This record gives sequence, structure tokens and C-alpha cells, in this order.
Amino acid sequence: MSYVGRSAAEREAMLASIGVARFEDLLIDVPPALRVNGPLDVPPAASELELRAEIGAIAARNDAAREMPSFLGGGMYDHFIPSALPRVALRSEFMTAYTPYQPEVAQGTLQVIFEFQSMISELTGLEVANASLYDGASAVVEAAYLARAQTGRPGIVVAGALHPHYEQALGTFHGTDHVRHVAHDPAAGTVDVATLTAAIGPETACVVLQYPNFFGAIEDVRALAALAHAAGALAIVAADPIALALLTPPGELGADLCVGEAQALGAPISFGGPVCGFFAGKKEFVRRFPGRIVGQTIDGHGRRGFVLTLQTREQHIRREKATSNICTNQGLIALMNTIYLSLLGKQGLVDVATLCFQKTRYAAARALAMAGVPVAYSAPYLREVTLRLPTRADAVIRRGRELGVLLGVDGAVFGEATADLLLVAATEKRTRAEIDRWAEALSAAVQGDAR
Amino acid sequence: MTPEGLRYTKDHEWARTDGDLVVVGITHYAQDQLGDVVFVELPAVGRTLEAGQSFGVIEAVKTVSDLYAPMAGEIVEVNAALAGEPALVNQAPYEAGWMVKIRPSNAADLDHLLDASAYRALLEAQHA
Repeated sequence: MSYVGRSAAEREAMLASIGVARFEDLLIDVPPALRVNGPLDVPPAASELELRAEIGAIAARNDAAREMPSFLGGGMYDHFIPSALPRVALRSEFMTAYTPYQPEVAQGTLQVIFEFQSMISELTGLEVANASLYDGASAVVEAAYLARAQTGRPGIVVAGALHPHYEQALGTFHGTDHVRHVAHDPAAGTVDVATLTAAIGPETACVVLQYPNFFGAIEDVRALAALAHAAGALAIVAADPIALALLTPPGELGADLCVGEAQALGAPISFGGPVCGFFAGKKEFVRRFPGRIVGQTIDGHGRRGFVLTLQTREQHIRREKATSNICTNQGLIALMNTIYLSLLGKQGLVDVATLCFQKTRYAAARALAMAGVPVAYSAPYLREVTLRLPTRADAVIRRGRELGVLLGVDGAVFGEATADLLLVAATEKRTRAEIDRWAEALSAAVQGDAR
Repeated sequence: MTPEGLRYTKDHEWARTDGDLVVVGITHYAQDQLGDVVFVELPAVGRTLEAGQSFGVIEAVKTVSDLYAPMAGEIVEVNAALAGEPALVNQAPYEAGWMVKIRPSNAADLDHLLDASAYRALLEAQHA
């Protein structure tokens, strides 16, 4: 596609054709006090060479995950990305964020989305997955919309430690008066079944839980789903796709919908995005799925092909009745996820998850031995562990950065009550030497703060 | 195409008494205008409706329409066969393609609907 700037003569012709003398005449509805008069107060234009140097210097002030060992998690994870992935993903045939409408010209992209859906379906143990959504938070919000439309009930019960951003998004979209939070058990780290039972009622559309939860603790999905079903509500599980390589798929434990953040599958952390939400569920809910579903079919000659099989028609035709207006998907990131899973294969994904588990366990053991810092909760964990510090985590994290290690995520992001907690994720990228260095830094940071 | 003995609405639904119930579907004209029906969303049994209230949604390949109750009443049965075979609406709109059975709040409401000749006149007027 070519881009050619307008000439002064063309500008004048355009203004003349709409009947105004000057461009400023188009702004008369904006009060004069709000208009900028004269040139913007910015420095003069720089050359590309100068600009790169300046922006590069600003970027260099970041503590990038590639420059210091990162033990950050909390929903975004620093996994190894094979070089073949960007090589394939950035091919011009693939590199678009848009869902193609025309199967005649988009078989490759449609097939990728079909493979993405198939792999998400397998990981979650649910029959149908869509072509993806914006991110984990929007996927949770959409799942709750589906549950409310399906049950005709308004209430959303958040069971324990759901990612705070997901819970905030639920409040933003559904209204905070519809979202009820049930606190996690302070000893176990998972949600207390008795407390949750009391919170679920005839107005409850769904119970939302995370697996493993925000603190890394593994919830009893089967028991919680049964509890939701007993009250006529749906069970929504927000899951980590890497952990699903080892955990029993939520679909097999009774989850109606399994959604989550797919960033860990081959997408870089990139300062927080773009990322990719996945959305899977039982087939009986497919008509209420947000977004799109690609299907496999055969053409008139009996050859295999791929088409857009289903999209919520309300989004286009009856928008006032739509429960979702997400018509697009994160095509490029879903492509990366698909390439990642294809390159690793089934065993490769299990290996990654196993390494994450073993390294996180090793980190927890070193934290106790070196720094006297214990694991905060008694529930089992997999690829992320929460430690209880003798002091506030923010000061410890700051000291760790000075020592060149990103120690973990501050528990205060979940609330003041957990400000002494440190969430730690050691991915397959972390070497034994890095974990030992992390434990030393943690020890120094904790003791330094105690002085 | 517009059988005698049924009652009709200007929204192109038909209604037929069946004992003390009223069976409701969409007309031949309606299914022909919609084209291939791919999905019919029907209400929960037990739901009560006002006359003219939307009780469901019909989705065709190229469009989606609401379904409107021809009279007030309670839903006592829905056509479960449409879930697996929505094309029944196209194939037999007055028979196997029926949608819901309503227990009317007032059985006399049926008499206020159009009869076959009035509905035919409505269709002719629309195409005049």
C-alpha cells in the first residue's frame, strides 16, 4: 500500500469542495481557550540517527529482563522463545493482527487459527476454543458475560486469589456491585470451600477461579466446579497454559469455561503487551461465544480447507442485543502461540512445565536455606511460589534491583494485606547459578532491610 | 403457503390452537425471506410473555431476527428438534418447524390475530 502526502493545492481543493476557506474553520466548535495556538512546544525535528541515539539512551534506563535474571511472574512469564518462532511469525503472509474474512485468500492464516483453537481445546480439556481475545483479563470478562446470558443471573463470585487485574476488569465491565470477592484462606492460599458456599446464591451466574491462582496455589477445581453447579451457576477457570501441561485439564474437572492469558506460549513480555487471551468452553455454549471460531471443512472437490465457521451474529447485526462486541482477535500473538506449541510439541511443553516446577521448587528451598524466607501458603504450587518476607516486599524488590536481580512480584499488587509477600517464578530459562544468585540477593535484601 | 384455520401476526408468526394451548411458529413467507435457518434460540419452559414480547431469536445464513409472542401466556413446551435440525423451519414451517407452545393468559386473544385471508392481504400489500 502506498502513502502519498497531500500537496498544498490538494488541501485547498479539499477545503473548497466542503465549503470552508481554512482548515481552522473546521475547529470552530472547539472553544478558543482549548485550542493550541502556534507551533507545539517540542524540540526541532531530529535526524533518524539522532533520534535512535536519544530513544536508545532512554530505553537503556530500563532494567530489561534480558539484562538481569528475572523471577517475575504474576501472569506474564519470561520463557525461552526459539529463533524459528519470530522467523516464521514475521513472514509477510502471516504478519497481520486481523482475522481474514476471505477463505479464498487466507487459508494459511485460517489454518493457523484452527490449529491454535485445537491446541487450546486440548490443553483445557474443553470441546471448543475461539480464535482468541485481547488478553487474559478480557477473556475472563467475556466468560462472565457468557455465564450471565446463559443463566439469566447477574452475580459473579470471585473465588479467592484471582489476578487483581482480571478482577478489576470484571468490575469495570460488569459493575463492581455484581462482583463478589471471596477471600483466599490465609494459611492454605486457596479459597475456603465453606466461605465460598455461603457466597454463592440463586443470583450467582458464575464462580471465577484461577488455576493455579494468583499466588501460584493450586485450587481444587473439581470441588469448586461442583459447588457452582449445585447452585445452577457456571464454573469459569482462568488457567496458565504452561501449568496445564502438567495439571489435569479444567474441562475434565467440571469447568464450563476455561480462559486465560496465552503470553507464556512464545510471546515476549514486551513491557506488558501485546498479549493474547484464550477462550474455551463446552460445546453447549458455543452460540454465546465471543469472537470467532475457525472450522475445517472440505471444498467442492473434496479437498481440506478452512473457513470462519461461527461468529456471534449479534456483534454485527443486532448490536444493541450483543453480550460482546469483540469482533477481532489477537491474530499475531495467537500465531506466535501456535508456532511455539508446534516447535515444542507435546513432550516439549511438558518438559518446559516440569523445568519451571523443579526450578521454582529449588528457588523456594534456597530462599529458606539462604535467607530464612519461607513459603507463604501450604497449598501445592507448580510454576510460581509465594514467599512470606519478614518485611514489606517493595523495599526488598528495590534492593534486589540494585543488586542486579529482579527478585519477584510485590504481593501488594493484590492488596495491602499481602504487602509482605513475594511472588517468585523461575522459568526454564533460569540457570542454577542464577537461582543461587537470586537467593543471595534475596538474603542480602532482606537482611539489609532489617538493619 | 398460508393455510386456512391458522391465525397470523404482522410480524409473520402463526398461531394454532392445540387443546388449551397455542402452537407458534413462523410463516412460509418469513422462512422464505430469511433463507437457510442455521439456529433457533428458544426460551426456557415456564417463562411468561406479554403479547408482542421477544421470546427467541432465529438466525439465518445472512441475518438474525427476533421472534415475537403473538399473545400473552406461559411457555409450556419448546420444539427441541430445532436445536439439532434448524432447517425444519424451512422445510415444514407449519408442522415440524413449530417453535413454542404457549398456555394463553386469555384464549380469546387468538381471535384478535389475523386470519388467513387478512394475512394474505398483508403480504400482497407489502409487495404492491
